[in-house]
Amino acid sequence: MAGTAVRGRLTWQVATVAAVTEETDSVRTIALDLPDWPGHRAGQHLDIRLTAEDGYSAERSYSIASADGEPVMITVERLEDGEVSPYLTQELRPGDQMEVRGPIGNWFTWGPHDGGPLLLIAGGSGVVPLRAILRHRQRSGSSVPARLLYSSRSLVDVIYREELDQYGGSAEVRYTLTRNQPPDWGGFSGRVDDAMLARVAWPSSQRPLAFICGPTRFVEAVAELLIARHYPSSRVKTERFGGA
Amino acid sequence: MTSPVSRGFHRLNRPADAAAGKLPPGQHVTTDFPVLSAGPTPHIPLQEWTFSIRRGGETLRSWSWPEVQDMPAETVTVDIHCVTRWSKLGTQWRGVPVRALLDQVEHDAQYVLAFSDGGYTTNLPVKDVRGGQAWLAFDYDGQPLAPEHGGPARLLVPRLYFWKSAKWVRGLELLDHDQPGFWENYGYNNYGDPWREQRYAGD
Amino acid sequence: MALDGNAIGGLLLEIFGSDMTSAEASCAACGAVGPVAETTVYVRGPGTVVRCRNCTSVLMVVARVRGLNCVDLSGLAALDADPPR
Repeated sequence: MAGTAVRGRLTWQVATVAAVTEETDSVRTIALDLPDWPGHRAGQHLDIRLTAEDGYSAERSYSIASADGEPVMITVERLEDGEVSPYLTQELRPGDQMEVRGPIGNWFTWGPHDGGPLLLIAGGSGVVPLRAILRHRQRSGSSVPARLLYSSRSLVDVIYREELDQYGGSAEVRYTLTRNQPPDWGGFSGRVDDAMLARVAWPSSQRPLAFICGPTRFVEAVAELLIARHYPSSRVKTERFGGA
Repeated sequence: MTSPVSRGFHRLNRPADAAAGKLPPGQHVTTDFPVLSAGPTPHIPLQEWTFSIRRGGETLRSWSWPEVQDMPAETVTVDIHCVTRWSKLGTQWRGVPVRALLDQVEHDAQYVLAFSDGGYTTNLPVKDVRGGQAWLAFDYDGQPLAPEHGGPARLLVPRLYFWKSAKWVRGLELLDHDQPGFWENYGYNNYGDPWREQRYAGD
Repeated sequence: MALDGNAIGGLLLEIFGSDMTSAEASCAACGAVGPVAETTVYVRGPGTVVRCRNCTSVLMVVARVRGLNCVDLSGLAALDADPPR
């Protein structure tokens, strides 16, 4: 194995926090300075490792929120009983360091050569790798039609709202709010079900490529609905984040 | 290259002073109750549930759920220690002592292999499960044991690492010779005494 | 907590030296074939258990024993790191 060629992938490298952006009350995007980053595909993730002064260390995986060519970013949701996410979303500041390994994951990725039409379905923080796909699609000038259906509890929980709202043309973003909706809400309400998919999902005759990401139960329920709509399982890619 | 320190990061639960002396080596106290599994949570209707003692493929004695519920049960408060290094102190359980079940069978076995729904197994010396420190537990913290924590019933053997407290337990296979169970087969210690830090095979 | 093979991409990178999420895993018990990314994975226990999504048999177990990854692959009939697309 050539030393330098694989260094970025197989070993941990030191990352310095370049910037932090609060997306919602409990979600933050962290931009990392990674001088030896080899580039990445949309949908991939990276592993981080934090080491405390007493030597205790913790590792976690986060989807990369940015497209190749942009600074490497992760978007982290604070879990109330978490050990790492409260630190990343509240304590961490520019200049702090962590270790990063990646990019990881050759399966749950999309590039323009993979074609479409693309159906992206996100549950909560599952939107992160799908946002990377949309950014990559836009940056590469691809005209593959894309639709994102994004399920959140309420409007304040929607991550990247302003950015997602500016997609037009061949990329359509639809939201569903499951817990409460603001007055004059024009989007969907309630959990993703077959009736909603009937309005959003490409017909199977168009040979769409689907990416579903979010909590395990969400992903499995949605995948089942797409299979029932005759999407071949080889064209339904899933990434489970655990949780509910 | 040594890992850089991430400023301000620390372990979530710091060992409490009050726990000093109560913790086996290498453990730290947690206040939540982590859910660790090797497989999917089984869901068995109580009317189909049985607990059996078997030997050589033969069932020697079997109890239905109502039969177990009819037996004298104990409420115990114990500390539990997971090999992944968390310990939870003062946990309350209710269950039937395993001794009461084992004593209803005539045998001279030295070891048992506890077996569970979903295929999990773990091995224990008979003296550890007869010795008054092992229960077939069905309530935790005053409530019926939740499925993700092993409900309807799990083995509770607090003096050993918690992987020996088999979730979803359905019985004990009596053995003449010790036989490694699931985690014991994959590199974990055959006995698992947290006070002697017997985590891995060869410890 | 049930995740999928994407969650152990880093662990498999450590073990195999390359990304294995697209590798094709064949279940020794039921014969089902699919990418590692789509297996059912249980983490946070004494070890990582990878199960066949079709029949729930154990495909792979990784236990971290004294700092070393102890890997059991006996539940796999095959693991093809470079399957034809």
